[in-house]
This record gives sequence, C-alpha cells and structure tokens, in this order.
Amino acid sequence: MTRVRIPPTLRAEVGGAREIVVEGSTVAEILEDLAARYPALGSQLLRDGELGPFVNVYVGGEDIRTLDGLDTRVDGKPVILLPAMAGGAGGR
Amino acid sequence: MASYRELLARVKEEIEEISTIEAHERFSSPTPPLFVDVREPDEWEEGHIPGAVYVSRGRLESRIEGLIPDKTRPLVVYCSVGARSAFATKVLEEMGYTDVVNLAGGFSDWKRNGFEITIPRVLSAEQRARYSRHLLIPEVGEEGQQRLLDARVLLVGAGGLGSPASLYLAAAGVGTLGIVDADVVDESNLQRQIVHSTERLGEPKVLSAKRTLEALNPDVRVLPFQERLTSENVDRILGEGWDVIVDGADNFPTRYLVNDASVWHGIPVVHGSIFRFEGQVTVFRPGVGPCYRCLFPAPPPPELAPSCAEGGVLGVLPGIIGSLQANETLKLILERGDTLVGRLLLFDALGTTLDEVSIPRDPACPVCGESPTITEYVDYVEFCNAPVGGAR
Repeated sequence: MTRVRIPPTLRAEVGGAREIVVEGSTVAEILEDLAARYPALGSQLLRDGELGPFVNVYVGGEDIRTLDGLDTRVDGKPVILLPAMAGGAGGR
Repeated sequence: MASYRELLARVKEEIEEISTIEAHERFSSPTPPLFVDVREPDEWEEGHIPGAVYVSRGRLESRIEGLIPDKTRPLVVYCSVGARSAFATKVLEEMGYTDVVNLAGGFSDWKRNGFEITIPRVLSAEQRARYSRHLLIPEVGEEGQQRLLDARVLLVGAGGLGSPASLYLAAAGVGTLGIVDADVVDESNLQRQIVHSTERLGEPKVLSAKRTLEALNPDVRVLPFQERLTSENVDRILGEGWDVIVDGADNFPTRYLVNDASVWHGIPVVHGSIFRFEGQVTVFRPGVGPCYRCLFPAPPPPELAPSCAEGGVLGVLPGIIGSLQANETLKLILERGDTLVGRLLLFDALGTTLDEVSIPRDPACPVCGESPTITEYVDYVEFCNAPVGGAR
C-alpha cells in the first residue's frame, strides 16, 4: 500500500483527491494502477507508456531519475507526483 | 585599597604584552591571531585594525563567549594605548582564554607605525534605530546590515509573490530593489498583492510598488522596469548587476527565460510558485546547484498548467511563499545559514504541511549541464506551447 500525492493541477482527474492509496511495488506498477483506476490521469501522466517529461516523481523525497527510474521500488515510502507550476499570482 | 596606577601596574605584571611591531609581524603571518578591540564605539568607528572583532570593554564579559567560542584561539587585545586592554586581557584569562596578549601602546602606536587600518562605514543614528533588531542578531549585526544596504535584488513580478518579498526586503534595508512588471494594478489583484492598494487602481504596478516600498524605508531605492521580461530586454535588465533574482513570474515562458539568463549571468534565483493552496520554493544557484531546467526539463502542456488567473489562489498563500523567498534572499546576501539550493520545499496550505524533495543537478541539462545544447535565448513562448512528447 502506497500513498501517492496528487498535485493540484491533476486533481480534477481524480475527483479532487489530494492523496490516493494505490497498489504496486515499483513506480511503474503504481502508475499502471493509477492509470487503470483514473484513465484521465493516466493519459495526462503517460505518453506511449512512458512518463511525460513535465512530471517529476519522488519516492521518499528523492527524484526517481536519481534512483532506478520507473523500476524504482517503493517499499511503502510516500510518492509525490509533481508537475511544474507557473503561478506567481501576478496575472489579472 | 589600590589606586588606578597601582592596579594597572599589578595587572600588567600578570599578563603578557607584545609590541605593535611584533603584533604586526603576527598580523602579516599566514596564521594571524584574532585582534580584539575593546574601545568605545566612536573610537572603533574612527578606524581599527583590519579583521578585528569589536566588543566594548563594558560588554566584554557578557559578549565575548558568543563572539569567540573557541577559548584556545590566539588573541591580541587592544585599546587606544594599552591600559583598558590590559584589564580586558586579565579578564579573558580569568574566563579561560588560554592564549591572550595585550597590545602595548595600543591602536595609537599601531597607527603611528603606519600599519594598516580599516575605517568602517557606519550606520546613522536613524539606521541604528531602524535596524536595531537586526543589529542584535550575531548572524546579521552591523556588517550584515551594511551588506543588505549594499545589496541589489531584482524582483521579476510585482504581484502575489513579489508583494511580500519586496516589502520584507525593503523593510530589511536591502538598498536597491529592481522590479520588472508591465501590468497596472487591477481590483482582482488586491486580494493578495499587498504592496498595492485601492487608491492605486490603474497605476503601473512598478510605480505603485516603488511608492509603497520607498515610503516604508527611505534607505531603499526602487528601480522600476515597466516592461515584460523578454529575450530582447533581459540582458539589458540583468546587466545592471544584481546579487539575487526573486522569481515571482506568472507564466512558464518567463520562468524559463529567467532561468537561462540567470545561468548565463551567474545570478542566483530564489524561485517561488503557487497554485490554489500549494506553493513551491527553492533556490537555483548557478554553478553550485541545479537550475530550473534540471528540475523541470519541460513545461507541462497548457491544460495542465492553469495560471492563478484561471485556477485561483488563496490570498495568503503568496504571502507565505513570498516571505520564504525573502528569507532565502536575505540568507544569500548575508551568506548565512543553509539555503534551499538542491531542495524544493512544498507547502500545502489546506493541510498545513511542509514537505521537501531533493533536486539533483542534471549533468545532461541543456543549459547548465556538462555540454549545454542551449546557449542563446530561444523563443520561450513557442518552447512552452510546443507539444511535449517522448520519455526522458
């Protein structure tokens, strides 16, 4: 069981939830589980089965790019999905 | 009962003294001792030995352990002629300092020999009062306050993040604040953009901010750039010389432009971004830590990147995130503490949680990596609208 934090810009795809509990022992398995349950989220995150370059995934606070990528084992550590946010609240 | 002369003579017998000639030899050696100046503040301000630590004789006992915790450090104590410092030397020995000598002849003799002196720039009485709470903090103090007054910070955006950041930086006495923003004050800004006010509606934001900030602190000079930051003007604006850039932009093209320009100009960027209830803060320090492109190689597609104008933002959130940006900026200027270089702080106002993830430097980064592929400004609007594909 792994807790995945859903960023605010992707919450519409999961009915507004801030966090979702998923199954899977690696990042790839977790993303598959998420995509199966929330196809809209899956299509945002994954392009041709690969993670889009604009979403960072952190396991236990570490970027999976510095771990084993999608093969990174989760081992119950919290997972954070993080796309960039632009806002500086300057706009009208 | 002993007279002053008798007391001084007795103390001088109990301590070690060195001449100014010998002290100057040690001063010029590769491992110089620490000079401790125990004179009155006005004497210090008229000039002192370079690198000396200042603590007035009256506050010596209460302050010295905070200033010099290492009691084995070699110290040379001086005053004007060597009398007050003789007593100070004795006290320091009694307090457990093991290697203390008194400078015979004192600063007067040092100066007579033509040895180096420093004349410190001093704060005015008004500044001393205004910044008194800073002066009390050892990590800031008079030297740190001078650094703040000399510092130049460029704020990109005078909006939600730029408002609190600029207010706190101005209050702290950061001497020069540049502000880049092309917009005018709109009613919908006032829910969070606290540097502006209702009476400023329709006024250019940079001028409204200038009025507020210079009224808050007359030591601050605000340089307004009433324009949108672009590939065409960025070198001119950054070329004016800045110690830190505070990025509070409201769109991706500007974020990537600020990043690339800051890497090429070698200026650290204190990054903040917000959406609804969540904020992100970090520091990008060229050559030391990752840059924005190391963190986010590509911007999200437009449907995943709504602005605050589209998605909304809790008014206080930029207050919190912008204040954190001011905090990082002050530390960068003061060279104190640990900044957020290599760490991204995530704040969730709804759950009141603070998380941290590490940001690695990307050796393959197209801008700050080992073999950069982007070496000049690109069309940032096009870059941010381009369809993103492929895996990384």
